[in-house]
Amino acid sequence: MDFMTFLPYLIVMAGVTYLIRTIPLVLVKHKIKNQFLNSFLYYIPYTVLASMTFPAILYATGSKLSATAGLIVAILLAYRKKSLIVVAAGACASVLLIEVGTMLL
Amino acid sequence: MNFKRGFRDGIPIGLGYFAVSFAFGILAVDSGCTVGEAVLISLTNLTSAGQFAGLTVIAGMGSLIEMAITQLVINARYMLMSIAMSQKVDEDFHGIWRWILGFGITDEIFAAAIQEEGTIKRYYFLGLMILPIIGWTSGTFLGAFLGNVLPTILTNALGVALYGMFIAVVIPKSVEDHHVLAAVILAVICSMLLRYVPAFSGISSGFAIIICAVIASAAAAILFPVKEEA
Repeated sequence: MDFMTFLPYLIVMAGVTYLIRTIPLVLVKHKIKNQFLNSFLYYIPYTVLASMTFPAILYATGSKLSATAGLIVAILLAYRKKSLIVVAAGACASVLLIEVGTMLL
Repeated sequence: MNFKRGFRDGIPIGLGYFAVSFAFGILAVDSGCTVGEAVLISLTNLTSAGQFAGLTVIAGMGSLIEMAITQLVINARYMLMSIAMSQKVDEDFHGIWRWILGFGITDEIFAAAIQEEGTIKRYYFLGLMILPIIGWTSGTFLGAFLGNVLPTILTNALGVALYGMFIAVVIPKSVEDHHVLAAVILAVICSMLLRYVPAFSGISSGFAIIICAVIASAAAAILFPVKEEA
């Protein structure tokens, strides 16, 4: 694509995304005192991550079967308080195992 | 010390990003971008869903307003993360540092940082950002440059890496605090309703995340308010 056609898109895309991320962090400098807001923010990380993960994870691989295997293994490893990298690697390995398995069968 | 620890925690994120951005690189070239343009998008945006959607706008020669609104809606969840971060960052996040480190707020980096005991130190966060940025950009380059060389089965397996990390953050906290578990279950139910009930099919996935997170967190905040000084 012609770079001069592309450039305005890049600037708007990157600019909007950057400002969304930084403005709240720059503006909110003090501890929030309101109990409702504090409680809301306490739960936010987990509700955001949970709604991003499920059900999207079921469609992240080649089949629902391998994705489900990855999901179950990840939950079990996380339940045992394994680190981020172990949980992620375990999920990947089980997906790979199931997909290779179904290919061979 | 903090920098080194952050850098190490960024390894799995960087690897996961490498795989996902590989797919982005392939798609960007298919959509008419040059290799250089694809890399520039990844280096300046550092986000998955927003970039994929942005490509659609570029390929369709949409208006710049359309581009701005698309990014705003898909990436609005970063606003929630950014506010949550503001409550947890150390005093050393001052002045220009917030403008620099804010760039690194992505789903996965946020997930790793929010797990920190106590406050988030600026050098920890800086270290944490580095490998994901490198992984995201270099994966895009290789995908755009080499196209489809990685076997699908490998990219499929790597596709769950990022979700695995999310699960590693959510589950231990849910076991420790049952109020978090309740909020998480509510968010998942909402997310399934928005995904599978035909009446909601017009809602974009980025917007669905915001709706579910806000409803579940607000409900939990009303039912189980958190006492001061956590």
